[in-house]
Amino acid sequence: MTVVSTPQLSARPSAGSLERPPAASAGVIEARDVSKSYGSARFAKTVIRDCSFTIASGKLTVMIGPSGCGKSTLIRLLAGFERPNSGTISIGGKSVTEPGRDRLVLFQESALFPWMTTYDNIMFGPRARAERGVEPRRRAEFLLDKVGLGAFRRRYPTQLSGGMQRRAELARAMINEPRVMILDEPFRGLDAMTKKLMQEYYANLYEETRRTTFFVTTDIDEAIFLADQILVMTNVPTKVRAVIDVNLPRPRRLEDVIENDDANQIKMQVLSLLHEEAMKSFAHGSKAAADFIDAYSKRVRKPS
Amino acid sequence: MKESAFAGDMNVALAQGPTAVLAKPERGPGRLESSAYRMAQWLRSPRPYLMLIGFALFLGFWYLTVEVWKLPRFSQMPGPTAVITEWINPDPIYGLSLYSPEYYQHIWVSTRRVLIAFLLATATGVPLGLLLGWSLRFKEYVFPVFELLRPIPPLAWVPLAIIMFHGSETPIIFLTFLASFYATTLNTMLGVESIDVSFVRAAYCLGAKRRQVFWHVIVPGAMPFIFTGLQISVGVAWFSLVAGEMVSGQYGLGYLINTSYTMVQYPTMVIGMITLGIVGYVTSAAVRVLGNYLMQWRARELAMGAEA
Repeated sequence: MTVVSTPQLSARPSAGSLERPPAASAGVIEARDVSKSYGSARFAKTVIRDCSFTIASGKLTVMIGPSGCGKSTLIRLLAGFERPNSGTISIGGKSVTEPGRDRLVLFQESALFPWMTTYDNIMFGPRARAERGVEPRRRAEFLLDKVGLGAFRRRYPTQLSGGMQRRAELARAMINEPRVMILDEPFRGLDAMTKKLMQEYYANLYEETRRTTFFVTTDIDEAIFLADQILVMTNVPTKVRAVIDVNLPRPRRLEDVIENDDANQIKMQVLSLLHEEAMKSFAHGSKAAADFIDAYSKRVRKPS
Repeated sequence: MKESAFAGDMNVALAQGPTAVLAKPERGPGRLESSAYRMAQWLRSPRPYLMLIGFALFLGFWYLTVEVWKLPRFSQMPGPTAVITEWINPDPIYGLSLYSPEYYQHIWVSTRRVLIAFLLATATGVPLGLLLGWSLRFKEYVFPVFELLRPIPPLAWVPLAIIMFHGSETPIIFLTFLASFYATTLNTMLGVESIDVSFVRAAYCLGAKRRQVFWHVIVPGAMPFIFTGLQISVGVAWFSLVAGEMVSGQYGLGYLINTSYTMVQYPTMVIGMITLGIVGYVTSAAVRVLGNYLMQWRARELAMGAEA
C-alpha cells in the first residue's frame, strides 16, 4: 500500500480569463494538531483529535471518510464559525479566527437566499462589500453565462432545479474570488444523473481556474474523479489516516476514470482503508458502522 | 418543477406545461393579464359556487330557525328578512341603514381607530420582535416581562386605560393596540428564529458584516412570519376595539352594537355585527395582498409548489 504522506507544494498557472493567478504560496490550508470536542469536561466527546494536514495551492484535495466522522465539524472550523480546542488552522499563512472572504464555504444545504433572484444572489458578495461600478456587474454577467443561468437571472431559487441551484451557488461563491473553495458534500441529494453532470461540470470549472479547492465527500468515485489528492480520514475522533495522490491526466472524463487501472487501484486502496476504519467503530458496537461495513465490503469484493 | 438534467434544463423548463407561462424569464406575463387569468381560472373552478352554497345554507338556517320554525331560543333574534329590509331601507325604522350617513360615520370611526392602533403596533412590534429574535441577551431581559403581560386580556386593561388616558379616543386606541402589539411582536420574533442558520452562515462567508446580515437576511427571512403576524394583528385589533367601544366612546361599530342592544333595536345590532365581519375581512385581505406584493418570491414559490 503506497501512502504518500507529504504532499508537495506546487502552483499551476491559472488558465481562467477572469481569475487572478494565485501567488506561489497563496491559498494553502494548514491544520496543525487540531482537536475539537463538544460538551463539558466529564462528558466531552472528542470529534477531532490531533488532526494535521496541508492542502497545496492550486490543487483539488478531496477529503473522504466514514459518515459521521467529523468532516462537517472540520468544515465549520475551516469556515471560522467555531474554534478548535487546541491546534491551529491557517489559510494563506493567516490564522483562521472568524469567517472571511478569503475562503468560500459551500455547505451541504442549498443556502441561496430564497427572497433574492439568481442575479441578486450572485451580487450579494460585492454588494455586501459595497463594491460599486460596472466591474462587479460585469463579473456577475460573466459568471451567469459561465454557469449557464443567463436566462434565469430573474428567477427565484425555488424556480430553479436542484442542479441549477448548485450552479447558482457556485457562481455566488466565485464572484468573491476566494483563495480557497471549501465544498462540503455539494452534490449530495441530487439525483444520479444530475450529480454526474455536476461532477463533470465542476471538474471543467476547476480545470479552467485551478483554484485551490477542498472538497468533502463520502462518494469514492466522486473523490477519485475530481481529486489531485485524497485525504482519507479515520473514524471518530478524526484525523488523517492517509494521503493519496491521484495523478490521472486532466481533463478527465467520467468514463475514462471508470476504466482506468490506476483509478481502480486507488479505489481499492481507499476502500480498504475505509473498511478498516469502519471496522474499528464496529468493534465499538455501532449500528451505523455495521451497515457501513456491509455496504462497503460488498463493494470491495466486487472488483477482485 | 422537479429535477432535470442540467444540460437540458432550459429546454425542459420551456417544455413543461404549467411553467410554460413563465417561459420567458426576462419578462413574465403582465400583472393585469395574469390576475385576469387567475380570475377566469377561479370562476371556472367549483370554488366560488361552493362558497355561494355555503352562504345560502347559512342564511337558510338562520331563516328557518327564526322565521319559519320560530324556535324558542331564537325568539328574540331578528330574522334575515327583518335585518336585510332594515339594512336597505332608505327610510329605516330604527334610524340606521345603508342610506344614513351615520352608518358610514360608525364604520369610518372604527376603521380609523383600528388603523391607528395597527400602525402603532406594527411600528413598535416589528422592531421589538426583530431585536428579540436577533439578540439573545435582549430577549433574556425583555421576554419574561412580555410573556407575563401577554395573557392579560385587553378587557382587563379597561379601567387602567381609562385612568391613564384622557378623553374617550386614546383609551380605545390603547386597548386596540395592545392585542395587535403582542401578535406582531411574537410572530416577528418567531420569524427571526425560524430562519435557517445556513442562510446566516452563507452571508458571513460571502463577506457580510453583522449589520448587513440583519438587513439582508434576518429582515427578509422573517418577512413571511411578520405578515402572518400582521394578519392576526388586524384580526385581534377589531376584536379588542369592539371591547373598548362597548365600554366608552361615542361612535364606532362596537358602540353601535351596544347602544342598539340597550335601546332594543335588534335589527340594527345585527347590521352592526355583519358590517364588522365585512370590514374586518377587508382589512385582513388588504394586509394579505400587501404581503404577497412585498414577498413575490414567496408567492412564486407557493405557486410553483402547487403546480409541481
